[in-house]
Amino acid sequence: MTILDKVTALLGEGAVLEAGTDRVPRIAPGSPDAIALLLGTAHQEGWRVRVEGAGSWLPSDAPADLALTTRRLDRVPAVEPQDLTATAEAGIGLDQLRQQLADRGAWLAIDPPGLAGRTLGSIVATATAGPLRQGFGPVKDHLLGVTFVTGDGRMVQSGGRVMKNVAGYDLTRLQAGGFGAFGVIVLVHLRLRALPRADVTHVLEGSRDELTQVAEDIAAAGFSPAALELVSPALARRDRWVLAVRLVGSPTLVAADEAGLGAATGGGGRFTPLRAEEAHGFWMRLAEGFAVRPVTFRIGGVPAASDELLDLLQHQVGDEWISAAPAAGAIRWSGDTTVDRLHRLRRTLAALEVPLTLERAPWPVRTAVGHFGAYREGAGPLVAGLRRTFDPGGALVVATDGE
Amino acid sequence: MSTAALADDLRAIVGARHVRVAPAERATYAMDGLPTHRRLPDVVVLPGTREEVIAVIRLLAALGIPFVPRGAGTGLSGGALADDGAVLVVLTRLNRILKIDRRNRFALVEPGVVNARLSAATRPHGLHYAPDPSSQTACTIGGNVAENAGGPHCLKYGVTANHILALEVVLATGETVELGSPGGEPWGPDLVGLFVGSEGNFGVATRISVRLTPVPRAVRTLLADFMALRAAGEGVSAIIAAGIVPAALEMMDQSCVRAVEDSVYAAGYPRDAAAVLLVELDGHAEAAVAAEADAVAALLKQAGARSIRTAADERERERLWQGRKKAFGAMGRLSRDLVVQDAVVPRSSLPDVLETIAGIAARYDLVVSNVFHAGDGNLHPNISFDATDEPMRLRVEQASAEIMAACIAAGGTITGEHGVGLDKLRYMPLIFDAESLGAMLAVRRVFDPEERVNPGKVVPVHACREWSGARKSERGTRNEPDDLGSAFPLPRSALVSL
Repeated sequence: MTILDKVTALLGEGAVLEAGTDRVPRIAPGSPDAIALLLGTAHQEGWRVRVEGAGSWLPSDAPADLALTTRRLDRVPAVEPQDLTATAEAGIGLDQLRQQLADRGAWLAIDPPGLAGRTLGSIVATATAGPLRQGFGPVKDHLLGVTFVTGDGRMVQSGGRVMKNVAGYDLTRLQAGGFGAFGVIVLVHLRLRALPRADVTHVLEGSRDELTQVAEDIAAAGFSPAALELVSPALARRDRWVLAVRLVGSPTLVAADEAGLGAATGGGGRFTPLRAEEAHGFWMRLAEGFAVRPVTFRIGGVPAASDELLDLLQHQVGDEWISAAPAAGAIRWSGDTTVDRLHRLRRTLAALEVPLTLERAPWPVRTAVGHFGAYREGAGPLVAGLRRTFDPGGALVVATDGE
Repeated sequence: MSTAALADDLRAIVGARHVRVAPAERATYAMDGLPTHRRLPDVVVLPGTREEVIAVIRLLAALGIPFVPRGAGTGLSGGALADDGAVLVVLTRLNRILKIDRRNRFALVEPGVVNARLSAATRPHGLHYAPDPSSQTACTIGGNVAENAGGPHCLKYGVTANHILALEVVLATGETVELGSPGGEPWGPDLVGLFVGSEGNFGVATRISVRLTPVPRAVRTLLADFMALRAAGEGVSAIIAAGIVPAALEMMDQSCVRAVEDSVYAAGYPRDAAAVLLVELDGHAEAAVAAEADAVAALLKQAGARSIRTAADERERERLWQGRKKAFGAMGRLSRDLVVQDAVVPRSSLPDVLETIAGIAARYDLVVSNVFHAGDGNLHPNISFDATDEPMRLRVEQASAEIMAACIAAGGTITGEHGVGLDKLRYMPLIFDAESLGAMLAVRRVFDPEERVNPGKVVPVHACREWSGARKSERGTRNEPDDLGSAFPLPRSALVSL
C-alpha cells in the first residue's frame, strides 16, 4: 500500500490533489481535524511532510513524502465588526479575507510581501510584515490567538478571541515567525481595525542618503504614519529611490498628518500625492516584487543603523531590490545570491546584533542557510528543545537552522 | 540541607543583610496584592547584581532547591509566593537604568526598576514607557515582563509584550541566555514573546531592553457620566466601532466613583452617576486630537451621556487620572480586604456581562465595584470583604468563580493582565483542553526541565495530557487536584453556566 493509498483511505479521494512536478503527493485536508489525523499518521508512519499554503511564497521544493496544503481551510467562521475581531482558517487567501472584512467595515492592517492570494497561515508562520509594520507593528501584534496541529497530530489552542489575554504561556508568539517548525497553523484569531475612511500615499524621489534623512526627520517630528518606506528604484519602477508615506485614519487625522508631513520636511510640495489607484498599484507592485526574485530575506536593526545596514547590503549582496522602514530599522532584500554570501552576511550582521531571517529561497539555499541562525548565547538549545516538543518525530520538513 | 545552612551559603553570595530568615521578616513576603493567598517562604534572598542572581540560582540548582522570582510583590494572582521549601528570590535591588538611547528609542534596565521611575527618567528625552499598570509607582519592569502587564494606556500603545525588545535571562540551571535584539527582530522564533507573560516559570530576566514611545504633543482627556451602566458600555462600543483608538478608555461604576470621591483621591466624579467613562485621546497634532475629541463627545452624547467634561489643563487631567489610578486604594476604605479580579470579554458584551456581575453580587450579598479598561473589554470587578469572616470569604470565592464563568461564557478569558498565578489555576481547564495545557507544560520543561522556577503556578499539572516531548519532572507534580490555589472548589453554579 502506497502512502497515497493510505492517505486516500484516511481522508477520502477529495483530499488528494494533483501532484506537482516533483510527483510528491499533494494532500488538501478539509478541516483542522483532518490535518491532525494526517499528521498523527505521518508521525506514526515516519513520513516527512512539507506544508504549503497557496504555493505562492515558498517554493514547493522541499524533499518530502507528501505535501500538505492548507488551501481548503478557507472559511471565515467569525467577523465581529463591533469588537473588531475575526476568526479565519489558515488557508484563506489574504485578498479574499480583506474583501470579507471590508464588507463588514473592518480592516486587517497587514500588507505582506508576495502575491495577493498568499494564505493567512503563510503570512503568520513566516511573520512577513510589510510597510504597514511602521504604524501597526509586526504580524504578531495582530494576533489574538491561534490553533495549530503539531508534527505528531495534536491540536493545540493558544490565546483567545479577546483583546487582552495572559492566560497561559503565549504560544501564539512562538508560532508567529516559527516557519512551521512548531506545527501547522489551522485557525487564526485576528485583531482588526475599522476600515480607514481616509487612506493617502505621498511619495518623494531622491538619493538614498537624502531620503533616509527625510525619513528620520519625519519620525523625529513625532507623528506616526501607517507606512514610511524607502524603496529601491528597481522595486519602485522609478529612476531614483522613493520614500513613500502612507497615512490612514479619519479624514481629519490624515489631513493633520499631511500638514505635518510638509512641516517636518521643510515645507509642503516636496512630496507628491498619489491618486488612489496609483497608490494601490504602488503598494501592490512593491509586495509582489518580493515574490519574483529567488531569494528574499529581512533584517532588523535599530533605526539609527539603517543607513549603515543599507551600505552593508549594497556591498555584500547589492541593493537592487530593497524595501526598508528606516524609522523602524527593518529592511527586506530580494535578489539572486549564493549560500556563501548569505552565510557571510549573516555572520557580519550578527556581530552588529542584527538578525537575518531567510524568508524565501529555493530548498538548497534554505536548507544550507536556514530561516534562522546565529542564535545568541544559550538560545540554540531552547529552539531545538521546542522543535522536539512540537515535532518529536521530525515529520515537518522545515529548514530552521541551516548547516 | 538545613534552612540555616542554606541561609549561610546564600549570605556568602549576597551578604548577611540580604538574606531573611526571621519569621517577622519573611511574613512581609507571604502575600502579594491579592489577600486570598498566603504562603510563608522559608528563606528570602535579595541579590544586588546580575552576578549575584546567577550565583544564587547556580547554588539552588546544585542543591535541587526550587525558587520563586519576585519583584515588588504588587501582583494580583498569588504568582510570586513561595512555600514548600522554595526560596524567594527578590529582585528589587537590581534597580539600575543602564542605558537610555533617545535616537533609537529604547532603554536597557535591570528588572527591579520601578515602572514609573523609568518613564520619569526618559521624559526629559521626550519619551516614556507606555505600559502603565495602576501599580506603576511601585511595580517593577521585571514583574511587568513576567505578567505581561497592561494598564489604561495599553489600548492604543499595547501591553508589555509589545514593548520588550530583548532580554537576558538566567535559566533554572544558572545558565544565561540572550533573547531578542536591540531592534526587536528575533534571531529565530520569537522567544522574547514566549518569555513575556510566562510568570517566572521560564527563568529570571536580569536585563531588559524596552521600547520607548514619544510623549504625545497633544492630549485631550474627557470625563463622561451616565445614568445607566449599559449606556456607558454602549458608548464604548460606539467609539471603537467608529474607528477611533483612544489612548485610554476607562470605566468606573457608581460604587467605585463613590469610593474615590470619599477618599483623598477625590477627582470630581459625579457621585450620582451609574458609571463614568474616562477617555483620553492623544497625538502629535493639536487640531486632529481636538477633532477626535469632538467626535468622541458626540458619540457619547448619542449613547446617553448626561454630561461630558474636558480637562481644562494638565492639573485637571492629572486629577481625573489620579482618581482612576488610585481607585483600588480608595476602595480599601470600603472594607478590610479587597479582591481585585481580572477577566476579559468581547467589548460588545460589556453591558450584558456587567449586568450579570451585578446579579452575582446581589445573589451573594457582596459589594462589587467595577473599574476597568473598557476599551479592551478588560474587566476588574473588585469584591470588598473581610477575610476573617469565613462564610463571607467562601461567598467571595464562589462569586469570583461565577464571574469568571460568565466571562468565559461570553467568549472571554480569565485574565487580561494579572496572570494565572495560583488564583486562576482552577479556571485554566475551563478555557484550555488537556492537550493545550499539556503543550504549555511541555514548553515550560524546555526552559526548566525540573520545574524548579516558580513551581505550581500557571499550568494545572493534573489537567494536562502527557506529552512525549515533555520529560516528566523527577520531582513529580507540584500542584495536585486538591491544591489548585484555592481552598474552595468551583461552585456548581459556575459550571452550569458554562
